[in-house]
Amino acid sequence: MTSSAQRYAPLVACDGLTVDFAGCGGRVPAVNGVTLAIAPGECLALVGRSGSGKSVTARALVGLAGPGARVTARRWTVGGNDASRWGPRSWRRIRGRQIGLVLQDALVSLDGMRTVGAEVAEPLRAHRIVPRAKTADRVAQLLSEVGIPDPVRRAAQYPHQLSGGLRQRALLAAGLAAGPALLIADEPTTALDVTVQAQVLGLLGRLRDAGMGLLLISHDLAAVATVADRVAVLHDGSVVEEGPAARVLSDPLHDRTRELLAAVPSVAVRRSAATARPDTGCPVAVPDTATAPPTAQTAARESPLDGAVPPDAVLLDVRSVTKSYPDPHGERRAAVREVSFRLPAGRTLGIVGASGSGKSTTARLVLGLETPDFGSVHFDGELWSGLAERLRRPLRRQIQFVQQDPLSSLDPRWTIGRLLEEALGVRGVPSGSARRDEAVQLLEQVGLEAAHLARRPAQLSGGQQQRVAFARALAPRPRLLVCDEPVSALDSTVQAQILDLLAGLRRRYGLTMLFISHDLRVVRRLCDHVMVMRDGQVVESGSTAGVFDRPQHPYTQALLDALPGWEPGTRPPGARRPGSSPGTASSPYW
Amino acid sequence: MRSGVPRYVLRRSIAALAVVWGSVTVAFVALHLIGGSPVDAVLGPTVSATPGLRQQIIRAYGFDQPLVVQYGVWLGKLLTGDLGYSYQLNEPVPRVLADQLGPTCQLALAAVGVAVVVALATALLAAGRGRVIGAVVSAVEMAAVSVPQFWFGLLALSVVSFRWRLLPIAGDQGVASLVLPAVTLAVPVAGTLAQVVRAGLEEALAQPFALTVRARGVRESVLRVRHALRHAALPALNLAGWTAGSLLSGAVLVETVFARPGVGRVLITAVTAQDTPVVMAVVMLSATTFTVINLLVDLLVPLLDPRLRDGRATREARA
Repeated sequence: MTSSAQRYAPLVACDGLTVDFAGCGGRVPAVNGVTLAIAPGECLALVGRSGSGKSVTARALVGLAGPGARVTARRWTVGGNDASRWGPRSWRRIRGRQIGLVLQDALVSLDGMRTVGAEVAEPLRAHRIVPRAKTADRVAQLLSEVGIPDPVRRAAQYPHQLSGGLRQRALLAAGLAAGPALLIADEPTTALDVTVQAQVLGLLGRLRDAGMGLLLISHDLAAVATVADRVAVLHDGSVVEEGPAARVLSDPLHDRTRELLAAVPSVAVRRSAATARPDTGCPVAVPDTATAPPTAQTAARESPLDGAVPPDAVLLDVRSVTKSYPDPHGERRAAVREVSFRLPAGRTLGIVGASGSGKSTTARLVLGLETPDFGSVHFDGELWSGLAERLRRPLRRQIQFVQQDPLSSLDPRWTIGRLLEEALGVRGVPSGSARRDEAVQLLEQVGLEAAHLARRPAQLSGGQQQRVAFARALAPRPRLLVCDEPVSALDSTVQAQILDLLAGLRRRYGLTMLFISHDLRVVRRLCDHVMVMRDGQVVESGSTAGVFDRPQHPYTQALLDALPGWEPGTRPPGARRPGSSPGTASSPYW
Repeated sequence: MRSGVPRYVLRRSIAALAVVWGSVTVAFVALHLIGGSPVDAVLGPTVSATPGLRQQIIRAYGFDQPLVVQYGVWLGKLLTGDLGYSYQLNEPVPRVLADQLGPTCQLALAAVGVAVVVALATALLAAGRGRVIGAVVSAVEMAAVSVPQFWFGLLALSVVSFRWRLLPIAGDQGVASLVLPAVTLAVPVAGTLAQVVRAGLEEALAQPFALTVRARGVRESVLRVRHALRHAALPALNLAGWTAGSLLSGAVLVETVFARPGVGRVLITAVTAQDTPVVMAVVMLSATTFTVINLLVDLLVPLLDPRLRDGRATREARA
């Protein structure tokens, strides 16, 4: 606890908080004696892998641990009052009014059938904060305070009509509406692009500076590092390490903390003279000047690898493709505009950009799932786009696809063995023991074992599911692997393992990969070349080291600047030095 | 989608016409496969007719023509709005049905009202209240869905009307005589609706947004009525077509058990007497009601769910 924070009574304090759930064979513990306290103007980060009990702790702190949960504590106060024996009525008065809770994904955390304004107004009505006639004004004020432009119009819109960033701000506005002294934010930035993530973290930082208490829950240490004063590391329902953020992040004491830190992909790009690591350096001579204003002509002319590779080595050649879709008003909107690039065999090209920048449409064009309106895709020197499906189908096994959510891309009713054997059948492996043996080999290649053959996808962890997805994609021995955000749904420890696996597979089999991600750190770690997309166009491309170290286009620079600016092993920038005082607890947050 | 609504309605109306045409055709063929002489149907059971009279009827009604020709002639008349004469009552079919539509509509609407109120109350009170309550309510719902309607009707009659003498036994004498038939007709509909709405509510209450609402300090009842019910209403609304169908088939039984006038009883009489024009008219009426209700539901759902309002195009572009 910082010295300044000790001047205030804690907003919430619990000693030995324990939560368990009714299970088939008795009680199943989820939280084992967590002790924490948060003062006004202080940000405590609760970090840990998925399943460590972070979210259950957060819900228990607002009296919403869920059905069948038993919550006990040696001591538990909210705003100085004993909370351990509160009934539903007392908790209702606290929720929203004294403690606000904001969840991860605003698209599902806001009621999709009600307008954003109605959602923000609800805490005002529940706690009778403002008279009914003034509700609309207050809602607009709240929306504009979290940085939503044109708040009156936005209030009348539905969550799905807002961009991810505006949506998350609206969720925050609803959480803040009744003026809670403590805000619990459960993975508030996990589903967001880097730029939006930085904005939301900035907003949270300003709230803290204005005197609000903040409990930030995350698996992403880099995100936490920018705002947290203190960090508590949770593992199997217990706090294994707690201390000032600067100390915990730069000098971790516990092995679990070190594991979490090791999983943060290094950025090492922030305009420093940091040179590319040898293994990501590009062996192919690529013009490093591939930077230009975002016009279609330059994008087409200066695509990565252009002219630098002998033509026979180019596996994938995308020539000025454009694809547009009709929008709700009947007009056509280009999702991809005159995008060109060439990918030589054995190389990995990363495509980065915010959501809606056309990354996924580009992947679908490459896969032949969409036909370009203009331009063409050539695979291994032959025309691929616009080919009759009858002719293309026998060739499809040469390009395989791995998607973001492994669970929904694997048939839930099939066993892993059946999933893999089907994919092996595509390659013509005879059924029976030969196929089974190959399936086992595939599993071993991705770090799983024969025992997993009989399982179904839902019985595996997220990381294991994605490993199966990779095994299935590799089964037909593809020449090109297209990965669309393959690690975005995984928490950072598992993410690191999957990226290591991919790097290993690439080295061993000389895989050619098209790797799509909104996470620059992931791309940095894995790709030889990068292409930055925005609004359907390529704004910059070149070798990974070149683009990351010397970004030319303002948009690339903005993306890099938005990265949580913290490197494992260094002092986090967000934590204030002891002695600096938090703002007074009251009115305008920012 | 906004500009596409008229075109959508037109397309769906053409499809609805096809459904109606298909069902009357199937009914036409089925009635002729049953066998029996249509002449007897026209003559009725009591009249013994001379062969000359029979010949006259055969010629007048065109029974000597091949089936395909009879079908063609009948369809042609149908297109001009001529539903024909009832063989039995010797009255135009629309007049036969006109008097009966009122009581049946009254019965069906009352039953829908009872079913919706009972189903919503059950679902709102019982959703997500733990395993024991869930099991009990689920058993009651299953019983409501599976109990034979005529048996339930007779049981209700014997207890409420004969033993307790609380309500009239039969006929159509104001609201009191509507209670038992409406409840009987409502039972299976209420059971199914309650199942669907309860499942929908439980799904909605498990969504992250429900946690958000609870974390705002909102009452559980407000969360259920203002938020979750709207999500749960969608699947229930999609059952509206099925509901109309089951009400009509239920009306056949209920009107018979409670000796009420109505389309259901006319249908029973017409089928037993092979009064083809009347049967065909009722079939057409049911098919039309069914398709019109489904069309209305499809137009109504986007009004209820804003996410469906922005149409297919956005969703594709986003994917």
